[in-house]
Amino acid sequence: MVIKLKEQATKPERLAPGHRFCAGCAEPIIIRQILNAIDEPVVVGAATGCTEIATSMYPYTAWNVPWIHNAFENVSTTIAGAEAMYRVLVRRGKIPERNIRFIAIGGDGATYDIGLQWLSGALERGHRFIYVCLNNEAYMNTGIQRSSATPMGAHTTTSPAGTVIPGKVQWRKPLTEIIAAHRIPYVAQAAPSHWRDLMEKARKAAAADGPSFINVISDCNRGWRHGTETSIEVTRLAVETCYWPLFEVENGVWKLNYKPREKKPVEEWLKMQGRFQHLFQPQFKHVIAEIQARVDEEWESLLKKCEAE
Amino acid sequence: MVVSTKMALEGAHASAQAMRQINPDVVAAYPITPQTAIVQTFSQYVADGEVDTEFIAVESEHAAMSACIGAAAAGGRVMTATAANGLALMWEELYIAASLRLPIVMSVVNRALSAPLNIHCDHSDSMGARDAGWIQLYSETGQEAYDNTIQAVRIAEHPDLLLPVMVMQDGFITGHAVELVEVADDASVKEFIGTYTPKYSLLDIDHPVTFGAWDLWDYYFEHKRQQTDAMSKAMKVIVDVGKEFGQVFGRTYGIFDAYAMDDAELAIIVLSSTAGTARTVIRELRKKGLKIGLLKLRVFRPFPAQELVAALKDVKAVAVLDRSISFGAMEGAGPLFLEVCAALFAAGATQKVVNYIYGLGGRDVLPEYIERVASDLQEIADTGKVKSLVNYLGLRE
Ligand SMILES: Cc1ncc(C[n+]2csc(CCOP(=O)(O)OP(=O)(O)O)c2C)c(N)n1
Repeated sequence: MVIKLKEQATKPERLAPGHRFCAGCAEPIIIRQILNAIDEPVVVGAATGCTEIATSMYPYTAWNVPWIHNAFENVSTTIAGAEAMYRVLVRRGKIPERNIRFIAIGGDGATYDIGLQWLSGALERGHRFIYVCLNNEAYMNTGIQRSSATPMGAHTTTSPAGTVIPGKVQWRKPLTEIIAAHRIPYVAQAAPSHWRDLMEKARKAAAADGPSFINVISDCNRGWRHGTETSIEVTRLAVETCYWPLFEVENGVWKLNYKPREKKPVEEWLKMQGRFQHLFQPQFKHVIAEIQARVDEEWESLLKKCEAE
Repeated sequence: MVVSTKMALEGAHASAQAMRQINPDVVAAYPITPQTAIVQTFSQYVADGEVDTEFIAVESEHAAMSACIGAAAAGGRVMTATAANGLALMWEELYIAASLRLPIVMSVVNRALSAPLNIHCDHSDSMGARDAGWIQLYSETGQEAYDNTIQAVRIAEHPDLLLPVMVMQDGFITGHAVELVEVADDASVKEFIGTYTPKYSLLDIDHPVTFGAWDLWDYYFEHKRQQTDAMSKAMKVIVDVGKEFGQVFGRTYGIFDAYAMDDAELAIIVLSSTAGTARTVIRELRKKGLKIGLLKLRVFRPFPAQELVAALKDVKAVAVLDRSISFGAMEGAGPLFLEVCAALFAAGATQKVVNYIYGLGGRDVLPEYIERVASDLQEIADTGKVKSLVNYLGLRE
């Protein structure tokens, strides 16, 4: 299981350079970390969204592995269909068993919102596939609209900060827990800043005999409003403030993978990003306090879940 | 040698029998009346080991077609079945299946679209999908549903086409009616459909392929042109497969079924089960000396414009029966009528045409309605005038 960088660096690229992701985008970094960690051959599906648009503009493709895009909401089911076909063709002796891993990639819009039914159905049926949510906390491909993963207080084009309303008023949906409630073999939350943890999780997901799910926070400097050079720093701070804890649920057992030595105030994370700038005006400052309170509450509850095990 | 057994089957069970014999690699489906008989019968075949298909009991029809697309891209034989709201829920995926050129076969047991919710037969569901890029075959009887389902596999997978096929039968009227159906022996069906070797597959990890790339203005148009070219090749394939089916199983299929058309001056065009009622009425009217015939259309997509024009060339007046409305179309006509009009006009034909909307939401089609159509046609032929272009049969007004 140990990830040795030297070995990993010699593996062929599954997502080729020359794609069209924005400078500083975390999505290709995360995809490469995950695909690099998995040793088995892979078939990859992507939901409509930044990943799909940036990697598959005809007549080009950035994919050195078999890849399919169907629509926005149904990458889970599309990959589940491919996995079902694989199983039956192997069973019928039409193709050899090659230990293929099936990976579905969706943004938070594709996963938390429009595609939740499809994902839940595929998990319940027990297809053996890895679902990766590249969670940049908004619909970025279509120009930064809110999703149910968008943090409270964030400005997006459909939850704009105005003179009266301080950006998004709702708290995010606890999707990782909702997925864990499906009692699938492996569920995890990860961040590209903690690459070794993420890559180990990818391996565990690939080894799971059933559905697995990894929710990865994915910085989008266009939507989060900061420089292109700080993507990894911003996601690291999300972890250090306990806004985005790293944990896993392996066969029902909750485990905290990383506990910051010193839990930083969430304000430090908010400060780095233009999408929260309006919160620092006097009339909206109470939102920061509310965010901190919710982060603390979720962190405590997570610690309890992990300790109780 | 084909050994057939006569079985008393509901139409939906006839389709399920065909699916059992096809034994597809993957079936993903979701129940909806009156199609449910197919998905639950097939589930039982799986449970009893009569097929070794991978059956995916999905959570919606959109998911059914989504799974079918993923499975078909992974290079095997894929089937599903639906009706009405289920077909409507698949709408986005219907276009994607056809555009990705995936030879999926789907049974549609025709049912009215909501609202008001109605579980009975009309053709608003499949007619609503007529521009999605699927081949559409309509069946009059359970036998035809069975035969069309088997042929659909060959048509869809033909290397010139690689297009999905929908096989329709009328909900309840055919779907739940018991008829004697000649079911061929499994081996003969297996031999007829042959094996499917995909040109590209997601599972070919040594030759990775990208499916579902996106296009801008610089390629999309050409891809659509390729798709319509494939559709234009479909008619020949459908006819060839129908002939070959006839040679093997003794029932030959073409584009349409012409009844009493040889010397006909009046003609009725209709789809599916109502053809049976129309045929019976026409047989009686013929005895009375009325020169009337019937064209039962089997293939609606691709639309057989030239073939219809040729079949109608000696006819004076044509009545087209539609079991759905194209809302907002010319005088609220039905889609079949509009296609027939377009075909005749483009060919410079001068026959008089008249449209009858009938049977919506399962409204019964009585022989006297067809008699009324026949007498209207006679009047139109005599006077050269169409009093009312779009008419309704069996409607309280
Ligand atoms: C059915 C449907 N609704 C809406 C859209 C428009 N659309 C395309 S991508 C997208 C947002 C994608 O957001 P997300 O899933 O968060 O991924 P990201 O682009 O941020 O990586 C939307 C709304 C669509 N393609 N299909």
